[in-house]
Amino acid sequence: MSTVESTSPSVTPTKAQASMQVPDATGRFGDFGGRYVPETLTRALDELVVEYQKARRDPDFQAELDELLHRFVGRPSPLYHAKRLSGMLGGAQIWLKREDLNHTGAHKINNTLGQALLTLRMKKTRVIAETGAGQHGVASATACAHFGLPCVVYMGAEDVRRQKPNVFSMRLMGAEVRAVESGSKTLRDAVNEAMRDWMSSVEHTHYIIGSVIGPHPFPQMVRDFQSVIGKECREQCLSSIGRLPDVIVACVGGGSNAAGMFYPFIQDTSVRLVGVEAGGRGQIAGEHASPLSFGSPGVLHGSYSYVMQDDDGQTSDVHSISAGLDYPGVGPEHSYWKDTQRVQYTSCRDDEALGAFDLLARNEGILTALETCHALAKAAQIAKSMSKDEHLVICLSGRGDKDAAELARLRGQQW
Amino acid sequence: MPFVTAGDPNMAFTSKVITRLGQLGCSMAEVGFPYSDPIADGPVIQASYTRALGNKLKLQQIFDQIQTDRAQWSMPLVAMVSYAIIHRQGPESFILAAKQAGFSGVIVPDLLVEESHAMSSLCRKHDFNLVQLVTPTTPPERALRIAEASSGFLYFVSVTGITGERAQLPEGLVERVGWLKSRTSLPICIGFGISKPEHVKLLAPVSDGLIVGSAIVRCLESAAESQEQALQSASQLVSSLIAALESQ
Repeated sequence: MSTVESTSPSVTPTKAQASMQVPDATGRFGDFGGRYVPETLTRALDELVVEYQKARRDPDFQAELDELLHRFVGRPSPLYHAKRLSGMLGGAQIWLKREDLNHTGAHKINNTLGQALLTLRMKKTRVIAETGAGQHGVASATACAHFGLPCVVYMGAEDVRRQKPNVFSMRLMGAEVRAVESGSKTLRDAVNEAMRDWMSSVEHTHYIIGSVIGPHPFPQMVRDFQSVIGKECREQCLSSIGRLPDVIVACVGGGSNAAGMFYPFIQDTSVRLVGVEAGGRGQIAGEHASPLSFGSPGVLHGSYSYVMQDDDGQTSDVHSISAGLDYPGVGPEHSYWKDTQRVQYTSCRDDEALGAFDLLARNEGILTALETCHALAKAAQIAKSMSKDEHLVICLSGRGDKDAAELARLRGQQW
Repeated sequence: MPFVTAGDPNMAFTSKVITRLGQLGCSMAEVGFPYSDPIADGPVIQASYTRALGNKLKLQQIFDQIQTDRAQWSMPLVAMVSYAIIHRQGPESFILAAKQAGFSGVIVPDLLVEESHAMSSLCRKHDFNLVQLVTPTTPPERALRIAEASSGFLYFVSVTGITGERAQLPEGLVERVGWLKSRTSLPICIGFGISKPEHVKLLAPVSDGLIVGSAIVRCLESAAESQEQALQSASQLVSSLIAALESQ
């Protein structure tokens, strides 16, 4: 394990309590967040703030979104008691919040449907999106096909290669996938290219950012749309376990599934929250994608948050086996939760994540996305150190079908 | 007013380019500090940043070279720098270093007027200019607020988009600049998309300066193979633009 203290089951005492009343009007979560973008985008971001606040207060908007989440996505997603796995590990009872069972196979659809509805309310006629693992790209393509909006998805050329099934799905639903050849050819470059598109198209195009990153109001808006995960989970715990869980674990790239899972539990200080970043091949810069564990606060992609940068402020190259976590930044609210010590952040190496894939596949019959495997691996370690009458929830953010070919390649097996 | 990318392919060449541009009669030069994730830049400037950073350009090298050669140049120099870089140095350290190197001010393309208070007061404290930007999507009352916060000059972005040469500039540009000009005493320089003598003729009457970036950077792309040829090609372009300006 990359960090030792993370395996300890003890609850970290919280200092200067994390508030749920964030961000403020300028988009700040404590010191983090804000808006660092070219002036060209300001008007659209201001309009988005206004439209989103209006939509939040509009019962019709919420009803329409809820209906879609229920009948189109299949929500609520089950909270599943992984009894065999729990018994095998011999520790805490393990529960899986099955976001992988959503339509399109991940939590990303919760956000894209919300933002697509906003796109229509703003009378914008085109959507762009970035994607890493392709799950957000697929979810954007899906929402756009559902509403009849043209959709362009930017995806790093390296990710196009390693997440082919998702590229094909996006195209099947009529989206245009543009491979980004600049820089490291991964998620960060896809965000850059989508931002550049938006610089020119902002008057008629909405940019559906897929994580809790970017300029205000995106981190707040995406968190809110994803909070359906944590809200459901909280109720499901109360009805299935009879109380709140002891520990919740989620993986963190940009951090949208974790933000959506954690946010409704922020004030439940008895619940230990653990975010797991991509530890890659090791702790040396360039070998991992763990800005909260090894980075420092800086500016990237429109907000102030922990980031991997060199001394000059240039973004560092990062590495992860999973395309969705292969990102040098993280959402500003996670930085806020880190500094207020409400959430514990740790990291998990590539090989540990791969081991966790097999663990769940063989013992529960679930293929898990490589991103989520990082949370699984860490959760399995924590669970072992807990007692059988304690409960641990894992946000099972996505399914692993998309990774089958890449797994075969990594293991030198025939596909 | 030319824009050149610092360190493409190295600082010694950048210095030569600035010298040549000064000799041709440019009144000010903008020096772009390469950044790994430039959101406001089109492919030409992006590629120049990638080349410079690929050659391991460090911030200190930019400051050192400019400081060494500063005395040769009579025109003011302004730095174009992403806020990620300034934040990492600490705004005050950055301002002091840039000033000591011989820059008169800085343009920070991703620092909005709302986020610029701290930087702005530090600039005032050190008698350094913070140039703010107005774009076609900026509402009129906001444009006036930005003009008020700007110092040195006001950067008027001609197009809704990223940097890069355009065949045609948007309609209504002359009117929009003219409107703002009548309401601020600050000089207004127009940038983005400008690359042709026709553009210069159209915009010169309503502005105090025209910024040409991608067209010049493109001329300099081949500098790694032949510096002389690259300089020659940039000189030709700049001379033709200056001639268009003087014909006004």
